[in-house]
Amino acid sequence: MTKEQEYEDIPGTWVFDAQRARKGYHLNQFLYSLMKADNRKEFLADEPKYLSKYKITPEQREAVLKRDWNRLLHLGGVSYALAKLAFTDGKTYQYMASQMVGVTEGEYVAMMQSGGRSLEGWRSKRERGER
Amino acid sequence: MARIIAGVGTSHTPAIGAAIDNGRAGDNYWAPMFRGYEPSKEWMAKTKPDVVIMVYNDHVNAFDFKIIPTFALGCAEEFPIADEGWGARPVPIVKGYPELAAHMIQSLVLDEFDMTIVNEMQVDHGLTTPMSLLFGSPKEWPVRVIPLAVNVIQYPAPTGHRCYMLGKAIKRAVESWDEDLKVVIFGTGGMSHQIQGPRAGLVNKTFDTAFLDDLSRDPERLVKIPPIEYLRDAGNEAIELVMWLIMRGALGDRVEEVYRFYHVPASSTAVGHIILEAR
Repeated sequence: MTKEQEYEDIPGTWVFDAQRARKGYHLNQFLYSLMKADNRKEFLADEPKYLSKYKITPEQREAVLKRDWNRLLHLGGVSYALAKLAFTDGKTYQYMASQMVGVTEGEYVAMMQSGGRSLEGWRSKRERGER
Repeated sequence: MARIIAGVGTSHTPAIGAAIDNGRAGDNYWAPMFRGYEPSKEWMAKTKPDVVIMVYNDHVNAFDFKIIPTFALGCAEEFPIADEGWGARPVPIVKGYPELAAHMIQSLVLDEFDMTIVNEMQVDHGLTTPMSLLFGSPKEWPVRVIPLAVNVIQYPAPTGHRCYMLGKAIKRAVESWDEDLKVVIFGTGGMSHQIQGPRAGLVNKTFDTAFLDDLSRDPERLVKIPPIEYLRDAGNEAIELVMWLIMRGALGDRVEEVYRFYHVPASSTAVGHIILEAR
């Protein structure tokens, strides 16, 4: 293992680096398949069956079924691919982002309209006392 | 001789394209942002470039994860519009310039930039949103487009320095093409934004303003910004701003800022926009 990367100190963020991309490869290929309308239909009709076609881990499978967005980021999903799942559910990107943040979609949109999230308090896990 | 006469920096947020396509550009939410691009559309209509080099990134649409090129140049006759999961945008097909793109490939590779050659490619909102913002909604795009897709999704993206040097090599490539052409180069993406995780929604206006300032005043500072600084200070997806440095590098040493616009938000993004003319 290499030493821990500096970006792992950024709070509330999973940088999609080469190791995470490696772990998330099959997960992201599954998500990519949802670009096609026929695949979206097939997935929604029987999610576990559709997922069985992909070599994803049990943890990834469970997180997909639960729409556990942050867990999916942790397990190697990349946001642009995850968005295909949100769209398949008929949700917006901002809905998915609000779920990652832990607020309602309305609250998230309001935060953005008031200028977005300030960097203050969100710069470093160490500064936040998270480790 | 072909010349790169100007550069355009702009965000490429998909929600902007969707607002246009769904007739919501006049809504309270969107109107102030679109007003900011009115002078740019006028500038573009007056400038009338023959060719646009569009530096953008694909968002898991043309490329899945099987192959992830760092720098991919679109060499096709035309580029269809991608269906990103909610239907393809109702915008004209993008016409390429394969002869010039082929020349650029040869020039760039011999200039030590190992480009990926792409002969078939769909283009997504990263390319079409900036087209809509600067050219409006015509039946056909009034310009030929050479797409340059940059990997900014899987870390690490190419460094700002590498991007800047590629821009300089693009300038040399274009200027060695023996045809009188006016070329405008776009750097797209950014500005500060983060669209994933509990920190989603981050905006750093101070960072963005300094970045816009230094495109003309001190590009050498921007070139030295390390990846961690984009990710940490301006948001995970702000790394897209390295694509603006390809645009800046292609303009030569001296530029004049002729227009600037900044607006928060478009969806989760701080929208930044600048027009620089080569001097």
